[in-house]
Amino acid sequence: MSNETSATTTRRGQAPRGERIADWADGRLGIYSLAKSNMRKIFPDHWSFMLGEVALYSFIIIILTGVYLTLFFHPSMAEVTYHGSYVPMQGIRMTQAFESTLDISFDVRGGLLIRQIHHWAALVFLAAMMVHMMRVFFTGAFRKPREVNWLFGFLLLVLGMFTGFTGYSLPDDLLSGTGVRFIEGVILAMPLVGSYLQMFIFGGEFPGHDIIPRFFTVHVLLLPGIMLGLLVAHLILVFYHKHTQFPGAGKTNTNVVGMPLLPVYMAKAGGFFFLVFGVISVIAAVASINPVWAIGPYRPDQVSTGAQPDWYMGFAEGLVRVMPGWEWNFLGHTINFGVLIPILLFPLVLVAIAVYPFVESWVRGDKREHHILDRPRNVPTRTGFGVAWLIAYFVMLIGGGNDLWATHFHLSINSITWFVRIAFFVGPVLGFIATKRICLGLQRRDKDKVLHGRESGIIKRLPHGEFIEVHEPLDQEQLHFLTQHEQPEPLELGPEVDENGVRRKIKRSQKLRAKLSKSYYGEDNVIPKPTVEEYKEITSGHGHH
Amino acid sequence: MSETGRHEDVPEENLPVEREAHEGAVTPADDPFADPGLPAHEHRKQDIDERAAKRSERTVALLFLVSMIATVAFIAAYVAIPIDKIVYIWPIGHISALNFALGLTLGAALFCIGAGAVHWARTLMSDVEVADDRHPIEASPEVKAKVLADFKVGAEESGFGRRKLIRNTMFGALALVPLSGVVLLRDLGPLPGTKLRTTNWKKGVRLVNQSTNLPLRPEDIAVGSLTFAKPEGLEEDQEDFNEKIAKDALMLVRIQPQNIKDKQELAWSHEGIVAYSKICTHVGCPISLYEQQTHHVLCPCHQSTFDLSDGGRVIFGPAGHALPQLHITVKDGFLEAASGFEEPVGPSFWERG
Repeated sequence: MSNETSATTTRRGQAPRGERIADWADGRLGIYSLAKSNMRKIFPDHWSFMLGEVALYSFIIIILTGVYLTLFFHPSMAEVTYHGSYVPMQGIRMTQAFESTLDISFDVRGGLLIRQIHHWAALVFLAAMMVHMMRVFFTGAFRKPREVNWLFGFLLLVLGMFTGFTGYSLPDDLLSGTGVRFIEGVILAMPLVGSYLQMFIFGGEFPGHDIIPRFFTVHVLLLPGIMLGLLVAHLILVFYHKHTQFPGAGKTNTNVVGMPLLPVYMAKAGGFFFLVFGVISVIAAVASINPVWAIGPYRPDQVSTGAQPDWYMGFAEGLVRVMPGWEWNFLGHTINFGVLIPILLFPLVLVAIAVYPFVESWVRGDKREHHILDRPRNVPTRTGFGVAWLIAYFVMLIGGGNDLWATHFHLSINSITWFVRIAFFVGPVLGFIATKRICLGLQRRDKDKVLHGRESGIIKRLPHGEFIEVHEPLDQEQLHFLTQHEQPEPLELGPEVDENGVRRKIKRSQKLRAKLSKSYYGEDNVIPKPTVEEYKEITSGHGHH
Repeated sequence: MSETGRHEDVPEENLPVEREAHEGAVTPADDPFADPGLPAHEHRKQDIDERAAKRSERTVALLFLVSMIATVAFIAAYVAIPIDKIVYIWPIGHISALNFALGLTLGAALFCIGAGAVHWARTLMSDVEVADDRHPIEASPEVKAKVLADFKVGAEESGFGRRKLIRNTMFGALALVPLSGVVLLRDLGPLPGTKLRTTNWKKGVRLVNQSTNLPLRPEDIAVGSLTFAKPEGLEEDQEDFNEKIAKDALMLVRIQPQNIKDKQELAWSHEGIVAYSKICTHVGCPISLYEQQTHHVLCPCHQSTFDLSDGGRVIFGPAGHALPQLHITVKDGFLEAASGFEEPVGPSFWERG
């Protein structure tokens, strides 16, 4: 690199200072090549692309505030008697973990604010990841080449849930301690190894003196470390693949239309970080979260009513609450299905959505890259599956708060529990059917709009007295938008017998694949989009129809 | 069927909108659904009106200025407001003045930076949409062939496939070495032994009232009340109090003896006073809700419901087995255990049997 090429030489014959620094860095880090492909990288614009950003920024907020909290928090279960400034707790025995949480809340100026920002940001983080995942799911953004990035995102969601759980357990208050006791019960329910695992994890009998320090390491080091790695990989892949875009005029599978990173997205995305941080700060200023001083320190023989985990664990809580209490004894051993089945279902339900991209690509047999997003209506089976999954999720969220539903709406807890038990199985099926019908209806409307134009709202009276509404034809942009999607043919198995009349061997997996393929692209599951001929026929002006 | 009206009424040129031809665009006549290409850029007010652009500039600068003021206010609040000051803010209620002031000023300082940057980007930076090419993620066949050839050379040079002895012993060594790490985990905790089966209750241990810390007499247990008890000698300031109370916690109720349905329960009771483990058999929450009329107790965590007049049987919820009962008796006017628990208390586990 020589400086001679610089066009803006200063009077001393040297390049400007900024350029010289950049030259220095380039000679060692190769930043110019990196910037060449990334500085003016094009990002498409759509409000829903912001959801992932909310997740990213809340993660950064959590790390910033979390580091601050570690400066004051003592992850110790040593018992002390409280003498701090919160009068109602004075003289009460508690662990140092709880005591230092009170100190952060009452004796460190701004400590309560940072604690509340940390906890609120965690709730926002999980919610944003969830909604971001739904956006990616319903628009088919997970298709090749992005399947691996979908899995990275999924792992971030799962790890985020456990980081959240270990985090809210740290203050060792009565509510979170109850959650830890629940974990103990779950570990004990593991066949064969349960009681050993329990002793090893807790360092002895429950609660022992080890679980809070161990959770602390997991919460501040192990899980966030893995998550940071996954997050960086997630973002690198977003850059490498270039962002997906919604269909529209000028947008193809081989281009990316939008505005450049420098300056527009630098400013928009950078500014958005401050917007998210600002909003969460205001929430933390006006809305109290996890007021441990009102809950009190943990004691294994005490509990409060209305105990609830943070929202993202509510789904698992629901599974545990509505499961019938099945317990088997055989040959002197106990299997606690009442706990075991929900705990196995919990990851299974999550995995169902995680593996979906691979199932769909297998069914479709599609090996091409996809960068244009699907409109959910154009893939009714996928959209139906997504809605079914969400219904199962939210039904269990109701189950997880069955006591609150009972007390707030004056309902019988038994009826709610039975409702959830049934709705968990029936709800997704109904949701799937209804969603598919709605999608097909929307496809029909799109077709109608293409062929007959948009309803103009103008009523016209014809000479013979008939009233009609004038339909205005769509412009080419809209015509393209409504007809650009692909409608693949369902997979055909071919004839049952070969040319010699011998039965062909068809693998069972192929039969299943053909059946699924039909449910995606078969006659009843898609409204054929209008063809150019149909359009020309109708718009050519010959006759009425 | 005539809802669309007559098409003669529609001017022909309006059918597909005409626009400038762009690269790769197909004329509407051939394919009315063809991609018309990127629409022409529409100017914003700020692009054509310098006064509007100046206004935007002032708005952005104002937002950044407000942020600066908010940060100064944050520092002022930090210094000026005492940490224990409580104020009434409608409609939130009584809250910490410092937390409220710090949160709002910090929020404003951050939000205004964000709002300023976004407003700047939206109104003053170029909003011309640009198209960039995508390149396939997959490598070209030449690159792939080169990589495979390189790999083959490397693999052959290592002799990995040829020298099987090296390969197999290396796999063996790599498979064994993590065992050291597993072994090191052994001292995370003790072996379970009989820890999950035993409590501090044994014959002759007195029942002490959890709240008053006094030994319980039968007359202390009133009909319709729920009393919590612990074994005598277990004190809060003991090092392992929490581990012990996590198993020993007891609840006592008085039921008319004729209303006790279970025979063994009646035999283990004293004048209708029955003692049950307070630790739920589901996942170990302390049960604390008592329905006087039905003698049902409900665990507030997962709503397992037990019938204390019928052997602690589960009548609803996810718990898998009945609550363990403690056989109690009276000696010298005080309630005491006639024996320890016959079965493990708390959630079930593999070896419970």
